[in-house]
Amino acid sequence: MRPSENLPPAAAPFLGFARLLRRHGFAIAPEQVTGFMQAVTLLGPRSMADIREAALATLAPPPDRRGEFEAHFQSHFYGNASVVIEGEEDEETRIKDDHSARQEENQTTRQEKGGELSSAVEQLSTRDFQRDDDGLAALRRKLSCALPARRSFRTVRTPSRGRLDLRRSLREIVSADGDVPSPLLRRRQTVPRKLLVLIDVSGSMKLHTADYLKLAHACVQGAGRTEIFTFGTRLTRITTALRIRDRSQALARAAAQVDDWDGGTRMGPTLLAFLSVPRFSAFARGAAVVILSDALERGGHEELEIAMRRFSARAFRLSLATPLAGDPRFRPATAALKAILPSLDDLVDGSSMESLTEFILSLARPAPAAATIWKRVS
Amino acid sequence: MPEVKAETVATSPVAVASHLAAARYLADDSLATAIFLAIRLGKPLLLEGAPGVGKTEAAKAIAELLGRDLVRLQCYEGIDAAHALYEWNYQRQLLAIRHAGEQEVDIYDDRFLIARPLLQVLKAPEQRVLLVDEIDRSDHEFEALLLEFLSDFQISIPERGTIRAAAQPIVILTSNRTRELAEALRRRCVYHWIGYPDAGREAEIIMLRAGDVAEATARAVASAVQTIRARPLAKPPGIAEAVEWANAATILEKGGSPWPEAFRRAIGVLIKDEEDLSYIAPELGRIVEEALG
Repeated sequence: MRPSENLPPAAAPFLGFARLLRRHGFAIAPEQVTGFMQAVTLLGPRSMADIREAALATLAPPPDRRGEFEAHFQSHFYGNASVVIEGEEDEETRIKDDHSARQEENQTTRQEKGGELSSAVEQLSTRDFQRDDDGLAALRRKLSCALPARRSFRTVRTPSRGRLDLRRSLREIVSADGDVPSPLLRRRQTVPRKLLVLIDVSGSMKLHTADYLKLAHACVQGAGRTEIFTFGTRLTRITTALRIRDRSQALARAAAQVDDWDGGTRMGPTLLAFLSVPRFSAFARGAAVVILSDALERGGHEELEIAMRRFSARAFRLSLATPLAGDPRFRPATAALKAILPSLDDLVDGSSMESLTEFILSLARPAPAAATIWKRVS
Repeated sequence: MPEVKAETVATSPVAVASHLAAARYLADDSLATAIFLAIRLGKPLLLEGAPGVGKTEAAKAIAELLGRDLVRLQCYEGIDAAHALYEWNYQRQLLAIRHAGEQEVDIYDDRFLIARPLLQVLKAPEQRVLLVDEIDRSDHEFEALLLEFLSDFQISIPERGTIRAAAQPIVILTSNRTRELAEALRRRCVYHWIGYPDAGREAEIIMLRAGDVAEATARAVASAVQTIRARPLAKPPGIAEAVEWANAATILEKGGSPWPEAFRRAIGVLIKDEEDLSYIAPELGRIVEEALG
């Protein structure tokens, strides 16, 4: 006998609602369903509003999927299937968080056309792929030791140079019958800082995005606390997709998540949108932030300037890697670059995988501010 | 404080809301329902929301409505068992060993045990409410530790054995959602997302919380703050800031500044970011005029 047959028939709609939500990718545990039904019983229920409140409190839909939840509720309990299920459409910049539950298995690969891209293929073919792969493997291996470190509040045992560890020392004393053996020490642990990589996927960066994604994959695999976002006209978090170990599979999934490939750039507004989500801006706090972009902003650059200033106030180190700097004649001469240069810690060459890998591995080493370096050059 | 049985206070969401109002906290239906359910189902209450929407205040009000003490555990990165559960007073233990000389001494006695918030609540679940504040600041290790505590309400001390709560304690967790909490933690709790209130309710909150602010002032502040929040600021003002703004403007007005001027001069208590200030400054006059309208 199925367990649901033990339940009174009136309970069926509630069970059905939980099933409906699960089908649409909400993570709902059995105990939450039990809680939901208990809550409905406790509340009376006197009206549909009570059922709604109970569902919200016990099934706990994430705030950013509230609209979707509401629509499912309407369609299940009121039967208005016509209600459009939509995300937060009214936002200025669309933000896509790769919530693991929402990942549908549509592995649509990018439609790549000939024409412009074929020239890119030619360019790629002249490169040494084996060396790139070795470089990425080295990045993956060395990254967690190469990131800048900070002292954690957690402590570790140490044989020398530390504070007295009273807890362990006392146990030692008790087990040694009151004798005081050599004291045991502990000191504060050092942990690597977070790494936040923001990748520009607009049309002007077309030649480099594939490389950058590979690099991002190596970073996610190499250091546990890495966050990767892509931005063009929208902002997309692809960290979860890149956690998959197999590179081609991870890249395919990430590619399917990003909607604004090779479009225009709205760098300032998207970065501001990033900072306005408290959860995301917390990723930047105390982190090494690397922005991979040519910083070619269409129109005014006031927003970009504000965004960069806010980033540099939050981040431990703010770096911009631009493929344009691969050219030895490159100078930060555009109005946008000039404006953001004072906020930057590094403005480096992002044209080749080799230089980028080397740069990321050198993040822990101090370097003069970008403005000083580029003033010397020009 | 008189001790109150939780079930006698929480008879219905409406009763909870009226008790909260008596504790000077205005909750909407949805929050009152969540609190009611948390108390009656015996589950922890997880409150999420932007900074400054009154999550911690809600916990204080719940403690007050139950007539219990609030034990607050502020989370931070690296918080561990010694800060959350218990710690031995090692210095006293060492002294006791030395004092005892040849006699026997129990160094794991109660007088050497320092109870941290979780243990404090466990010892007197009927008199205390536990607030685990800003749990998103702690790391995953601590979340796992908390998970164990919240499912069984017991703590194991190796030297003493397991301490179990005599009754189900009331636990409130708050989070600013700077990171996603573990699914396991979320599903053990009754969940509520606190948003910013609408202008009408915010005006009521200001009247209730501020010292002596005229009703017209409260309404003007509420509507101006709504407008300001709609702007893309780095730190949108919370409810506490709105209350302080109303207070500050009232004081300035009594000191002789006329109305729109008083609001403008007191803006420092509402917006505490230099960039936001310069962003909003050109518009501020108009916003205040409209709100006073």
